[in-house]
Amino acid sequence: MAEASYPDELIYHAEHDWARIEGEQATFGITWYAQDSLGEVVFFDPPEVGTATSKDESYAEVESVKAVSDVIAPLSGEVVEVNEALADAPERINEDPYGEGWLVKVKLSDPGEAEGLLSAADYRNLLDS
Amino acid sequence: MELGAKVVPFAGWEMPVSYEGILEEHAAVRTHAGMFDVSHMGEVEVEGPGALEFLQLALSNDVAAIELGGAQYSCLCNEAGGVIDDLFAYRLGGDRYLLVTNSANHDTDLAWLGRWSRGHDVAVRDVADRYAMLAVQGPHARAIVSATLGIELPPRMRVAVVRVGRRPALACGTGYTGEDGVELLIEPEVAPAVWAELLDAGVVPCGLGARDTLRLEVCFHLHGQDLTPERNPIEAGLGWCCVERTGFLGSGEIARVRAEGPAEKLAPFKIEGAGIPRQGNPVLAGGDPAGEVTSGTFSPSLEIGIGMAYVRPDLAEPGTGVEIDVRGKRRPARIASKPLYRRS
Repeated sequence: MAEASYPDELIYHAEHDWARIEGEQATFGITWYAQDSLGEVVFFDPPEVGTATSKDESYAEVESVKAVSDVIAPLSGEVVEVNEALADAPERINEDPYGEGWLVKVKLSDPGEAEGLLSAADYRNLLDS
Repeated sequence: MELGAKVVPFAGWEMPVSYEGILEEHAAVRTHAGMFDVSHMGEVEVEGPGALEFLQLALSNDVAAIELGGAQYSCLCNEAGGVIDDLFAYRLGGDRYLLVTNSANHDTDLAWLGRWSRGHDVAVRDVADRYAMLAVQGPHARAIVSATLGIELPPRMRVAVVRVGRRPALACGTGYTGEDGVELLIEPEVAPAVWAELLDAGVVPCGLGARDTLRLEVCFHLHGQDLTPERNPIEAGLGWCCVERTGFLGSGEIARVRAEGPAEKLAPFKIEGAGIPRQGNPVLAGGDPAGEVTSGTFSPSLEIGIGMAYVRPDLAEPGTGVEIDVRGKRRPARIASKPLYRRS
């Protein structure tokens, strides 16, 4: 499994999710801490393309051998793409949580919401507290 | 996210769920050798001229069939035939037996055994503090344990007195994984050194997580989930370890259920496609409630969701299609035969 890391270019939700904003779209995933706590992910249950996500609400499930977790949307919008590769290789969420382990791409409905999320430094402080 | 810790409190013990990862540990036991610190298991010694007579009353199996140095699986039932605990009985001497109990039930078992031993010429002793327990399991487990500790191991379903770390110990040819292997009952003081020696010999440390996936793949019951005091052994598919002619506690009710057929049966199933069933998930047949999952997990060997559920007897036939309601999503599943996993 990858070393603990929280890239500076991402923004974070306190429920251990990240977002990478690219214009009107954002990519979502779970943080290194989330995948490490969950253990080996064996199943990702994605939303369908076209589903709405609401900030702070669950939009998908990730499951390890022992536990199932809701995945919380860091921002509101509409799912435009899901990471289909995770169906056969959910372990990518563990191996590369910010890269090949991305979960969905979302067209943002309220880009201003990003102001309410955490920087990498703030998120690290949250984990340390 | 709701995040699970890797160390969990379990019946008063701090238990590791995993060391390096459940999948890796599971694979080690299926292909090589893994070890579990199961020192939380309880031990009860039953000794005296009346030991056999008393255990015939307390345990569901025919205790008279255990030869010297033999092992036998049994249920400890209440008068209504409900399962208080399931356990292994080892015959250590002519009238001396050791029962290995589930930690969560140990105190209940002791009280129950103590109560029913009155009037029998027998002593019931709590010897849980006397033993640490190490389960070493997997196709290479015996060879490694034997070579590393320099001991001769008993065959399957037998127990032998051996010396480990220059101290007396018991080696049992039993386990909870569906693989060959041994369970070592050793003095707690020597346990860390034995663990370290086996680790050096390449045995993979395994936690409770892998113990659960391994046992569920081969449909071994977990008391508290698949077995409870409200369920009888016939429903649970454990009629094979009930010998009613011995007159054990609960045997009358169990004989009745065996003759009339149980109201529900514990059936193993496999999810067809996506989804991982969990304890408490409803089972649906034709859209209607038809039972409940008592154990469910992801099977690392089969790479699908598996479980066991109590269902109506007509649904318990292998091949029957049902649905499991997994957090509001209906997942198609098929009732299967035991075990769910068999080495190919």
